[in-house]
Amino acid sequence: MLFPCSVEECFTMAVEAFDLAEEFQTPVFVMMDLDLGMNNWMSDAFQYPEKPIARGKVLSAEDLDRLGGFGRYADVDGDGVGYRTLPGTKHRLAGYFTRGSGHNSQAKYSERPEDYVQNMERLSRKFETARERVPAPEIREGKKGEIGILAYGTSHWAIVESLDQLKQEHGLEADYLRVRGFPFSKSVLDFVRGHKRVYVVDQNRDAQMHSLLRLEVDDDCVGKLRRVRHFGGLPIDARSVTDSIVSQEGEK
Amino acid sequence: MASTTVPPAPAKKVNRIGLEIADYRGSKTTLCAGCGHNAISERIIEAFYTMGVPPHRVAKLSGIGCSSKSPAYFMGSAFGFNAVHGRMPSIATGAVLANRDLVAIGVSGDGDTASIGIGQFVHLMRRNLPMIYIIEDNGVYGLTKGQFSATADIGSKLKTGVINDLPPIDTCALAIQLGATYVGRSFSGDKRQLQALLQGAVAHRGTVMLDVISPCVTFNDHEGSTKSYSFVKDHEEPLSDVSFVPYFQDIEVDYEEGTTKEIELFDGSKVLLHKLPADYDPNDKVDALRVLTEAHDKGEVVTGLFYVNTEAEDFLEALNLVDEPLATLPESRVRPPKQVLDELMDSYR
Repeated sequence: MLFPCSVEECFTMAVEAFDLAEEFQTPVFVMMDLDLGMNNWMSDAFQYPEKPIARGKVLSAEDLDRLGGFGRYADVDGDGVGYRTLPGTKHRLAGYFTRGSGHNSQAKYSERPEDYVQNMERLSRKFETARERVPAPEIREGKKGEIGILAYGTSHWAIVESLDQLKQEHGLEADYLRVRGFPFSKSVLDFVRGHKRVYVVDQNRDAQMHSLLRLEVDDDCVGKLRRVRHFGGLPIDARSVTDSIVSQEGEK
Repeated sequence: MASTTVPPAPAKKVNRIGLEIADYRGSKTTLCAGCGHNAISERIIEAFYTMGVPPHRVAKLSGIGCSSKSPAYFMGSAFGFNAVHGRMPSIATGAVLANRDLVAIGVSGDGDTASIGIGQFVHLMRRNLPMIYIIEDNGVYGLTKGQFSATADIGSKLKTGVINDLPPIDTCALAIQLGATYVGRSFSGDKRQLQALLQGAVAHRGTVMLDVISPCVTFNDHEGSTKSYSFVKDHEEPLSDVSFVPYFQDIEVDYEEGTTKEIELFDGSKVLLHKLPADYDPNDKVDALRVLTEAHDKGEVVTGLFYVNTEAEDFLEALNLVDEPLATLPESRVRPPKQVLDELMDSYR
């Protein structure tokens, strides 16, 4: 999942999403929020993508001749991502069967528990590899390292303003991390580790980002996570964030 | 010691591209013995072998259900994709758009098509995407122990005695009305007709929709079912006899003038419809829909090739795709140059 905060980032992340989808052979969601999807925004001109299109681990007919075959789900490189052929590759060994459950590393039907476990563990390795391949978070350091704010999507603009309000009106200096991708990179988890209290800003009733973080951070960090929710149907504003944080800081 | 002469091994029978029938087989079926689906898999194997389609050019796709397991049982070296329930048309559309050289064959069931995937099915039909779509139609959900599907006839009875009281969806009528261009119905037990229809399907360009009645021996093959072997045998009314003449074989077919309709397909092969009613035009949707409606009212299972349109624009033509497969185009041809983006950006200033 990728989380753009602006129209421009929708464009750059769409390009990245296609590359990631091919590299990891999985659907990638670009999670625009309603504010971004429904309202008019200003933007700088989009920059032309200079990076070549990434197709990931694709084997050609010549590769198959050289290798004498391939295991579609074999983790040859240890990163959880197998090699694939594109449908239509002119080679008798190119074809394979894509199915949901129960296959071995050679893409053959299997009900063996060992094969199932192997697949599950490979997918876990793939997830780990993806952590540092999705767009890295943007971190804005304050001074004290005591309070952290963690947000994503269009909440960003309210946070930028709220950081000033907190500092100028309440003398609270917070560090800010904007999450840009999931699975979380190590730097997201380090950010939580490095602060005493982390305010997670969500524009939804269920504090979904907060919940995801609870699953991923160290056990002794779960208590550091606090919720700032905004779900009145209108875009989030800086004052709501500031008020919520100031109020919770009062409770400590 | 007397010498013995070992007779030379008989030459292996191969098709026109030098492959054996074994090259078109898949893994061993796990369906019930006697399941109609296995007979359909056999006919698919024969049709692709006879037509000489290289398996590496074939994309075989399915959804979920007993029917949808069957692509594993034919053309083992083809590219297979077992999609989410009822969502095979989307995957097929993507695969064919990405590589127009692929010969796509989708196998679905009556549940996968007429209920879970009806939304995808109708849009596939109206696009006339070049692919073969087969419904292995047994009127019940076999994988979940035999509940009625949406193609079950009114009055048909389950083993438990439950009577179906909702009208069936006629997938052939739907396909014809929406824009599929080669539409027929057959019976898994009618080897000759199904074989001819499938060969014609390979030769056609556009959406082929074949509804093949395929009795479920475990849950829907009893007295009172309208999708049992005995019911279909007793009530099958072929609209015509169907035969097929491939373009690569010089076959003379003798038939009485005026009794046979000859249809030339995309690759030059011909489908011959013998003993077709004199007033029936297989290029006329209204004729087809009338025959389907009348058969339904009479409780008959009309089979054969109902509708063929060899002139309609297919989806690839409608999209004006280049001749080469999109998947193999170099980046210089799929990413527009910087100038295009800059001009677009300038237009918003």
